[in-house]
Amino acid sequence: MTNKIYMDNAATTPLKREVLDAMMPYLTEEYGNASSIYATGRDAKRALDEARQTVADALGAKVNEIYFTSCGSEADNWAIQGVAYANKNRGRHIISSQIEHHAVLHTLQYLEKQGFEVTYLPVDEYGLVRPDDLKDAIRPDTILITIMYANNEIGTIEPIDELAQIAREHKIPFHTDAVQAVGHMPINVKELGVDLLSLSAHKLYGPKGVGALYIKNGVKLDNFLHGGAQERGRRAGTENVAGIVGLAKAIELATADIDENMARLTALRDKLISGMQAKIPYCRLNGHPAKRLCNNVNFSFEFIEGESLLLMLDMKGVAASSGSACTSGSLDPSHVLLAIGLKHEIAHGSLRLSIGDFTTEEDIDYVLEVLGPIVQRLRDMSPLYEEVERGVKHV
Amino acid sequence: MYSEKVLDHFSNPRNVGELEDANAVGQVGNAKCGDIMKIYMKIEDDTVKDIKFKTFGCGAAVATSSMATEMVKGKSVDEALSLTNKAVMEALDGLPPAKIHCSVLAEEAIHAAIEDYYNRQGIQSDKVKTCGGCCHDCHAGEE
Repeated sequence: MTNKIYMDNAATTPLKREVLDAMMPYLTEEYGNASSIYATGRDAKRALDEARQTVADALGAKVNEIYFTSCGSEADNWAIQGVAYANKNRGRHIISSQIEHHAVLHTLQYLEKQGFEVTYLPVDEYGLVRPDDLKDAIRPDTILITIMYANNEIGTIEPIDELAQIAREHKIPFHTDAVQAVGHMPINVKELGVDLLSLSAHKLYGPKGVGALYIKNGVKLDNFLHGGAQERGRRAGTENVAGIVGLAKAIELATADIDENMARLTALRDKLISGMQAKIPYCRLNGHPAKRLCNNVNFSFEFIEGESLLLMLDMKGVAASSGSACTSGSLDPSHVLLAIGLKHEIAHGSLRLSIGDFTTEEDIDYVLEVLGPIVQRLRDMSPLYEEVERGVKHV
Repeated sequence: MYSEKVLDHFSNPRNVGELEDANAVGQVGNAKCGDIMKIYMKIEDDTVKDIKFKTFGCGAAVATSSMATEMVKGKSVDEALSLTNKAVMEALDGLPPAKIHCSVLAEEAIHAAIEDYYNRQGIQSDKVKTCGGCCHDCHAGEE
């Protein structure tokens, strides 16, 4: 069963037809191993080289600075563990933020168990890291700074150029998890001044199971997977040629018309935001109103719980996600929503709608039409709202 | 993840609302944990004549509230008190492990309403046992 209205593009995106077409030959007749010397192997190698060039061009990187991985999480794991272990004799202190994706947070927690020390920078009410906090956290033994480009839940875009500049002044390698940002805004690694950057194909209409890590030439980090000469001997494993070709096609399409696409999505996003603010009382926008991804809308609705909201939206054909405890798989709501200062009860009532290239104006109208009555229905069922209503009635 | 019955009771909850003439009202859970259940009962002749609920919580919390009120309606107070979270869960064709505490909350909400009834009537009873209402302290389903 598919949802009529897909509003969870931050979770994953549908594969574009052009991407599938580009991949198909490497899933069928061109099945060669890119390490083989005969014709079909050479064809695979050529496709790989071209894909690497395309990805490098999209990011403003050199071709030998792009390494393919199995996903964004692997790129994060490699960047963080690789730099940590390569520099462990120089120091064992890492700086990150409280709102990172779990691919970063759990890797850091693993390193803490191995004797590393991590400072998690707080964020302001919009989810922004303060550059002064980073300056204050830097120590002589700091060996890595890793701060996400844009947050996956609330869409806030961090001041990465400013933060990377501070890292550079202290000669500390700077990694950014740009999984939510690549393909959704122009990114040039040289202008940004980052040393490492992670990305994933399936967030930009590419296939699942492929990602990439940008490693600036000269950055010291340990190899990740051992066992072969692939990826210049730094990441072993027979290359996922079809997936990598798909990633390259997806990033090429995403960057070709990025300004136009961003303008279209920003208009749809803002229509959704202002429509919700106008129609639904007792709600708040989470994340920064302007420094935010063009595809992200995140609201908290008071007196109701997010999972109920998702189930009711699903019944109306709308796919979305929430940061409530019931959807996070624990008893606590999202760490991101708590980090921006939301109370538990407000964080439980959160809803993320992430739009995409296939979202239409009609989709936005439909969601605005069904969401208000759903919120009201859940509030009518809520003992918390009952108290508010009584308060209003007794005025 | 949810059974058809859970989804049915979530999308068409039975006995939602308030009872104007309730003589037994109980509320358990807290907003911080993300679940609150409030039960209203009208008890006459030692029987639960009418029952309504209001719930703030996930799909399972709404469904267990709905099912628990159905199972208790028209029963004697002692029968209502003997309702277990397991019985509510079975009636819903099961719950995902992470949602078992919701069924405990439903049992607790019924107990809390009856405790309120006993207090109002000045009846001393040791039949009612309620939890602290915090899901962090709930270990149901962990064994």
